[in-house]
Amino acid sequence: MQDFFDLTLGGISAGAVYAALGLALVIIYRATRVVNFAQPALALISTYLAYSVTKATGSYWLGFAVAIVAGTVLGVATERLLVRPLRHRSELSSIIVTLGLLLVLQAVAGMIWSNEPLAFPYAFDFRGRFSANDLFVVLVVLAIAGLVLVLFKYTPLGLRMRAAAFAPEVARTLGVRVGLMLTAGWGLAAAVGSLAGLLATPPFLFPNVLDGVFVYALTAAVLGGLDNPLGTIAGGFVLGVGLSYVSGYFGPEMVTIAALAILVIVLTLRPSGLFGRAKVRRV
Amino acid sequence: MLEIEDLSVAYGAVRALDGVGITVERGGITAVLGANGAGKTTLLRTISGLQPARGGRITWDGTELTGRAPDRIARGGVAHVPEGGGVITELTVDENLRLGALWRRDRADRAAARREMYELFPALEERSAKPASTLSGGERQMLAIGRALMSRPGLLLLDEPSLGLAPLITARIMGILRDLRASTGLTVVLVEQNAHSALSIADRGYVLALGRVVAVDTAAELLADDGLRHAYLGF
Repeated sequence: MQDFFDLTLGGISAGAVYAALGLALVIIYRATRVVNFAQPALALISTYLAYSVTKATGSYWLGFAVAIVAGTVLGVATERLLVRPLRHRSELSSIIVTLGLLLVLQAVAGMIWSNEPLAFPYAFDFRGRFSANDLFVVLVVLAIAGLVLVLFKYTPLGLRMRAAAFAPEVARTLGVRVGLMLTAGWGLAAAVGSLAGLLATPPFLFPNVLDGVFVYALTAAVLGGLDNPLGTIAGGFVLGVGLSYVSGYFGPEMVTIAALAILVIVLTLRPSGLFGRAKVRRV
Repeated sequence: MLEIEDLSVAYGAVRALDGVGITVERGGITAVLGANGAGKTTLLRTISGLQPARGGRITWDGTELTGRAPDRIARGGVAHVPEGGGVITELTVDENLRLGALWRRDRADRAAARREMYELFPALEERSAKPASTLSGGERQMLAIGRALMSRPGLLLLDEPSLGLAPLITARIMGILRDLRASTGLTVVLVEQNAHSALSIADRGYVLALGRVVAVDTAAELLADDGLRHAYLGF
């Protein structure tokens, strides 16, 4: 019984990270119908910057703050310089560009900071079954998710961002600066992604550290309906807990195949995801 | 005053508008009529900036609109209600309305405008928290017009507002436009296939055929001209 309890708590903590990175992916997907494959790479660079700042100043939280800001800037830069010029072409072009950016940034990180694993600190005490750090991870992700949802649902900025995503042409005739809204969306998503990177990286930082998390985050987003922030968060936690049980009762080597199995089963039974709405695409 | 000079618009090799010239006095209600494919929708989309022009000029209230981004044109007081309304179905009725005026700084005025729209269209107030997807065609049209009026525009472009609407609702909407014209000096350009209803409230009318202006006259004259009506307006 103790095992079950521990596995559940561990799963919730891991699930929080999947939920955060999944949320970053969904924010961009909703706005642009593009899956930002470069998201983990943007988060990676932000985390490396945090590492450098923390090493130079001795302050974890300063590094944390720098990472979030740097992530936002990187997200904005990516949208304006790489994605925006290609929007006139197919969505596939944008996706390929983000994939390319992922590969380039991971290589660049290795070149600047070396490919060796670097020790990266936890925010709080990480010892114990459900440590202070685990609690921090869950609380911070829930808080950020809450803030993002409030932003979208209750603020004028959020209304403009949703309008720009759902009906860009109509939004323009209502005075909405659609391009600016998309850039803001990318900046916000990148900030959330950087947070996920900081939470997922400890104890060691190396160029491929976020690869696994990214796959599970994407799985969580698909489970949640790819279009649905709330669903993605729920999907993240469900996946985290589910995979924790698999790892505990069947062994860690079964985790990736279990994730695939969960994905296949859910999509077979509910093709739009657990909470997705089957939507006819606007032409 | 809206002035359109020698406007040409093309989709690739297809000439949608060819040397179109239109003048609308401030506070005027002008109908633009013609058969399907005559270029009426293209005309409105070019005025609001959604469609680039290949040649010619559009000036509203002294400012040139040609070449400007659509969101900038909208913030200059030009409201465009596309065919079918263009209501954003994923948002609620209230969100659609609020969206119409978000770019205006004056919060108190935005709230006042919203109250006025709900007074004009009580059916919308009943459903204010519901997604716009639950509205009927007529209600969507009302929402679209309400949303356009939220920004207190100087120029209102309407693309087939009566399409799919019951005549009673169409008459109500036309009445509301007349009242607004009287109280605020609103200028309206009204595109319709249903020439009769358009000409009944318009002062003047332009008839388009194959992208060219083929007739321009007062509404009364156009209604009275049998030959013209048979040739271009289908009745």
